Amino acid sequence: MIDIFDIMGPIMVGPSSSHTAGAVRIGRMARTLLGEEPAKALLHLHGSFAETGVGHGTDKALIAGLLGMAPDDLDIPQSLEIAAQRGLKFSFDQMDLRDAHPNSVLMELAGTSDRRLVMQACSTGGGRILVTKLDGVEVGFTGDYHTLIVQNMDNQGNLSDVTNALALARVNVANMSMNRSSKGGSVMMIIETDDPVPGYIVELLEKQPGILQVIYYRREC
Amino acid sequence: MNLDSMQEILAAAKREGKFFWEIVLETDMQNRGVTRGQSLSKMAEAWHAMREASEVYTGDRRSVSGLVGGQGKLMREYAAGNPIGGEFTAQVIAEALSMGESNACMRRIVAAPTAGACGVMPAVLIPLYWRDNVPEERMLEALFTASGIGAVIAYRACISGAAGGCQAEIGSASAMAAGALVYLRGGTPEQMCHAVAMALKNLLGLVCDPVAGLVEVPCVKRNVIGAVNAIAAADMALAGIESRIPVDEVIDSMGEVGRRLPVEFRETALGGLAATPTGKAVKKRLAGDEKKQRTLTIKDARWKLEKPEQHR
Repeated sequence: MIDIFDIMGPIMVGPSSSHTAGAVRIGRMARTLLGEEPAKALLHLHGSFAETGVGHGTDKALIAGLLGMAPDDLDIPQSLEIAAQRGLKFSFDQMDLRDAHPNSVLMELAGTSDRRLVMQACSTGGGRILVTKLDGVEVGFTGDYHTLIVQNMDNQGNLSDVTNALALARVNVANMSMNRSSKGGSVMMIIETDDPVPGYIVELLEKQPGILQVIYYRREC
Repeated sequence: MNLDSMQEILAAAKREGKFFWEIVLETDMQNRGVTRGQSLSKMAEAWHAMREASEVYTGDRRSVSGLVGGQGKLMREYAAGNPIGGEFTAQVIAEALSMGESNACMRRIVAAPTAGACGVMPAVLIPLYWRDNVPEERMLEALFTASGIGAVIAYRACISGAAGGCQAEIGSASAMAAGALVYLRGGTPEQMCHAVAMALKNLLGLVCDPVAGLVEVPCVKRNVIGAVNAIAAADMALAGIESRIPVDEVIDSMGEVGRRLPVEFRETALGGLAATPTGKAVKKRLAGDEKKQRTLTIKDARWKLEKPEQHR
């Protein structure tokens, strides 16, 4: 179903919904998933992002997103200077990412207290995005839903911990996927929900044995 | 209801004794689970963003490539003189240029339906709003009308240059604007459909051939033809002229033409104006600039994270 505000919108800083607005959203998503102020960022641009990225302001847009700006923030054109002021070190290069969408970026991030995140995402058009890899594990979520990301050890029981907790809070699950890097390795659960996930559920899950990390992304309208 | 056929939306509107725009509004309420007030205020945000973009335009900015900037200002000044098509048409042209230029220069705009075609809707709506003192609610209704038209086009054909060429971007924007104009001038729903059909027909086959792959040349000026064409199509429809091909069939044909358009003419910057000697020279110059810039940023980074070998 087409959202009419994808037709009359988004309200955004130009010049391109895929190369600029989508890139801001990718940066913003990475910032949220990192969970703290990013201090260092290595950005590897692939395909059309690499080819026409600078002309479309994709570099500025990605950094703007990492700084927490929204796609309609008028400071996006100055984001590289603002990053320098705020102590975010960054560098860009080009990288051929295997089987990736033409508008893709691989980001390696370190936060101010040295939290790390490696995220690959693509801009799929009209400002929409898709996160395709998180810390080496294949995923697929868009940020169109509230999204709970649970990293756990590859053993029994954690899936039901999560679904039970969500049922307890009467949160309806829209989509769900589970992927692992290797057998016995770490598992990444992606749960997209219709209702926002309460903070106490996130805290509860973090305390479960076997669960390594819980990240929550609250949908932006 | 699904916004997938102009004919069906029109039939539903007739059946329920409602306007086209009301059906679009109700569909949005249902889809996003929002109230009427929330849907209206989101549309008001889009309208205000369009007006603000027009008001803050100065013409002093230049795009990253330096190809675009100041054209809207020149046309605004010229519009106050003795333009060939009269003051109103000149204002429409100026507005289309200003908005397209603002987009290229990283200012805030409203993609309608895309960022590259963001100038068409405000170019016809803003001058009319000022000239005819149109009430704000009417403008929002016109925007819902246009959104519904755009949704049908997106469903039956496409609205991106990469999928269907410029006809899908400027052509769709022009059709949306034509429909909105007929609504604002009190035309019938049938006249609105004829205007949409005629506007889209006139731009059928238009290729997407951006120089150096940037939303600058010829995109900014293509907004002008989209806007002027919308006015012509709306005026024809209001005069009682009909499209001999029904609107849904015109939209389907736009989709077909788009699919059969060679890939060189679908935003790849490999054909048309992008492939001219001048177009290629611009691309080469920008590639040189980019290389310099990139070497600089990498030299500045005196740290390293783990090599991402496993992701290659």
